[in-house]
Amino acid sequence: MSAPPRHSPPAPDLSAEPAPAAGETRQGRRTGWLTLGLGTALAVLALLSASIGAYEIPLGGMVDSLLHRAGLGGAALDRVGESVLWNVRLPRVVLALLVGASLGCAGALMQGVFGNPLAEPGVIGISMGAAVGAAGAIALGLDVLGNWTVTAFAFAAGLLTVLLVYALSRLDGRTEVVTLILTGIAVNAFAGALIGLAVFFADNAQLTQITFWQLGSLAQATWPKVLAVLPCALAGLAIAPAFARKLDLLALGERPARHLGVDVERLRMTLILVVALLTAAAVAVAGVITFVGLLVPHLLRMAAGPGHRFLIPGSALGGALVLVAADLAARTVAQPAELPLGVLTALFGSPFFFWLLRRTRRRQGGWA
Amino acid sequence: MRRLFTARGRRSPGPVAPGAVVAEASGARVRLAGRTVLSEVDLTVRAGEVLALVGPNGAGKSTLLAALAADLPVESGTVRLGGRPVAEWAPAELALRRAVLPQATTLSFPFTVAEVVRMGRAPWAGTAAEDEDGEAVAAAMAATEVDGFAARPFSSLSGGERARVALARVLAQRTALLLLDEPTAALDLRHQELVLRLGRERAAAGDAVVVVLHDLGLAAAYADRTAVLHEGRVVAEGPPERVFDAELLSRVYRQPVEVLPHPRTTELLVLPRRDAPHGEIFTRCRPDHGNP
Repeated sequence: MSAPPRHSPPAPDLSAEPAPAAGETRQGRRTGWLTLGLGTALAVLALLSASIGAYEIPLGGMVDSLLHRAGLGGAALDRVGESVLWNVRLPRVVLALLVGASLGCAGALMQGVFGNPLAEPGVIGISMGAAVGAAGAIALGLDVLGNWTVTAFAFAAGLLTVLLVYALSRLDGRTEVVTLILTGIAVNAFAGALIGLAVFFADNAQLTQITFWQLGSLAQATWPKVLAVLPCALAGLAIAPAFARKLDLLALGERPARHLGVDVERLRMTLILVVALLTAAAVAVAGVITFVGLLVPHLLRMAAGPGHRFLIPGSALGGALVLVAADLAARTVAQPAELPLGVLTALFGSPFFFWLLRRTRRRQGGWA
Repeated sequence: MRRLFTARGRRSPGPVAPGAVVAEASGARVRLAGRTVLSEVDLTVRAGEVLALVGPNGAGKSTLLAALAADLPVESGTVRLGGRPVAEWAPAELALRRAVLPQATTLSFPFTVAEVVRMGRAPWAGTAAEDEDGEAVAAAMAATEVDGFAARPFSSLSGGERARVALARVLAQRTALLLLDEPTAALDLRHQELVLRLGRERAAAGDAVVVVLHDLGLAAAYADRTAVLHEGRVVAEGPPERVFDAELLSRVYRQPVEVLPHPRTTELLVLPRRDAPHGEIFTRCRPDHGNP
């Protein structure tokens, strides 16, 4: 060891007092309020959605019926009312909750994994990929796994698509926006062609079913469907928040994240599986519903910062809220007809996506 | 409970004696895209000293740093950290032992400066050192003079400010080995001095600091030892006053250089000679193979 430099100016004081974490508590309070607001809005909207429709169920009567079934007093509705509420409305609301939460959460995870705010299961083709699996299973009349066949095929195809996009859109360990979007176009085109083939070979009944996948809808919600998607969605939603801190670190890039102790490859593979699980669960029961996973995390990031500790559960909550609202709109706006849900979200989501593209481009100073 | 869970199976680093070998490369050879970027490199990094890696563009400085950081695998030879081959450490264990400042820092999402610096504490989550988090972050931000814009988004900062925030993150990690890749490149005069002074302080506190530098004057002033890299090899290594030889540097940089003592402080000055004809040097040098 040699001597220190010959002349060294006074060093800055390293024993500075820890700064009060004022920013953090403010941040914490904001996410707290947001969570509360989202949760309340979701509860209110879910009740409204169960109440409003061709057959009006008064809120009071519905709450009574809910309490009655839960064994907490209350009273049952009349026979038609009970049937509408329990066999039509509630499974639909619960399904909207699950699908919305899955899509919102998947969007937040995907953007974190790709380090790119434009990544979304719908945009980069995973939803379409999963729909190929579902459409294929329907068109070929497959029934190997009973009630689970379509879900399983949607999952397998979704997973395959994620891996494909992952492999195709990465170069030297990073994913550029352009590459990602272009890969999405290619994957969507290919998936579209495969669905076209399925349509070509399908009979009329199958055709209706396949069209339903492409447009996205919750009109055929039933309790068995809820049960079919529940394990996938819950598993995905339960696992996802555990990766929040590592996803924060991944925002620094792959190498720096590794320098901070993240096993990047393992993290990516795990999260891609989770994304596939969530997306496939959603697509399997509701068809292709795009832009929820793009819009929700983005708005939350603007409101509460990019930290994934709030963003992941927040996006699940926000996604559920958006989808319950969208589904309510889809079935009430054009009564007695019903708009396809996927068409509705795309109608609102696409302009937003366009705006986001423009903004990202401006910030980066062009795609080059 | 959470502590027990997250700290499971991770070996916390023990104390390092001053002068002890923290990291070492022996016969290290690295190939990138079919080209040998490092060959037969031997280098020892000791606790309590600042080691500067210097050399022309493409000489392999950053590659050597990446090999020490366990970012790049060596084709032959070994790179050890704390006595064990780097490949045998789990990423989480490495993160408790070495911190790395990359040449450039990008951020995919608009985290604030304070959040970015706090990321440096992530490896310690679930260990006893977690209690130091707030203090380590505050001290690192004060030392790099970034506490004035703690609440601003990282993406709104200038290049020099970003570089300092990135350094604060690395300092907050509080590891016994610091690997800094051109920490002064984007900085003004005052902050260049500040950064290297911080490096010296960390060395004085017993840490090992490896720093890639382009400014030979800075290396001469602040490094205990310097390694000069040329075409993937260490061509000279030792205290700057011994290594910084005008003939050697002129040959390595393909630019006439003179080394002289400062008239007042006797500190080493390394200056390009602008009066010498270039051809004289170029004819003695092998052609450059280009930069990676």
